[in-house]
Amino acid sequence: MNIYWEGFRTFFKIGCFTLGGGYAMIPLIEEEVVNRKKWLTKEDFLDLMAISQTLPGVFAVNFSIYIGYKLRRLRGSLILALGTILPSFLIILTIAMFFATFADNQIIAAIFKGIRPAIVALIAAPCINLARAAHIKLTNVWLPVFTALAIWIFGVSPIYIIILVAVGGFLYGKLVQPDNK
Amino acid sequence: MLSLIQGEVVTAHHWISTSQFTDIVAISQMTPGPIGINSATYVGYAAASNAGFSNGMAILGSAMATFAVVLPSFLLMIFVIKIFHKYHNHPVVNTMLSVLRPTVVGLIAAAALLLMTPENFSTPNESAWQFYISIFLFLVTFLGTQVMHINPIRMICYCGFAGLLLYY
Repeated sequence: MNIYWEGFRTFFKIGCFTLGGGYAMIPLIEEEVVNRKKWLTKEDFLDLMAISQTLPGVFAVNFSIYIGYKLRRLRGSLILALGTILPSFLIILTIAMFFATFADNQIIAAIFKGIRPAIVALIAAPCINLARAAHIKLTNVWLPVFTALAIWIFGVSPIYIIILVAVGGFLYGKLVQPDNK
Repeated sequence: MLSLIQGEVVTAHHWISTSQFTDIVAISQMTPGPIGINSATYVGYAAASNAGFSNGMAILGSAMATFAVVLPSFLLMIFVIKIFHKYHNHPVVNTMLSVLRPTVVGLIAAAALLLMTPENFSTPNESAWQFYISIFLFLVTFLGTQVMHINPIRMICYCGFAGLLLYY
């Protein structure tokens, strides 16, 4: 099957179900892109998250640009990014034009009360198998724990954490020179 | 990003009113897509409409705003990809990545923790019914996707349907 169409369709589907913020895209990309289509390994996925967080712009779109580029360079990134953006663009445009009272609708409100806790679980759950891909052991488990606490309790911006860890990793690599596989 | 958008769109340029802005934030929570894209699309349309332009021009406005908000991502990502490719197998880069990966796991965990708010789950005082159902749906989704390998999209639909049955 034509890879452009497959990529577009995959990201259009992901774009349609990214509800409640950019992070909701994480479990969907994991399932569709990493597990099903295998366009990224779990390691690639984690690396991409670090990069996408640090760069400005919409984190969700950054993902599709990368994968599109990996598959078919510039044209690929254009098409996959378009797939990601199109669902929300069309839906919001329709709402802007016709249904200003969308937010007050009781049926919609009920559906979303059900969906919201599910989204939180979908974001939290993959941490378990991602931890394996990230080679988290007793020696480095302080890293994700420190990160999670810093962001959750102390409100530190993820960008600073990533830059701090990247610099730390750079120094560690240069000075200590652990052996790399 | 929200405060940036509000500062520019409502305060500096007066393209939409504060209540319209609050609307789009609420709508964005309920529609697919990140807040950045949704607000660009909405503001593009509303600003053109408010200024008295025709429907067609307003649609063009929303398309342009959406295009503008993704363009920097595009340019930066492509740039980073090219650089990344060059230094991909450098041992120091590999070390950096191997420390970043556990960090990112912590980041994702923090994202989930930050979403455990009264807005998403309610509280035992506010609405005990919604609170316990939310916890139930959380656990069901967690186990359903991890243990039973149910597709997340399907899981979202089930929970939406459950919400409709239980709350409407």
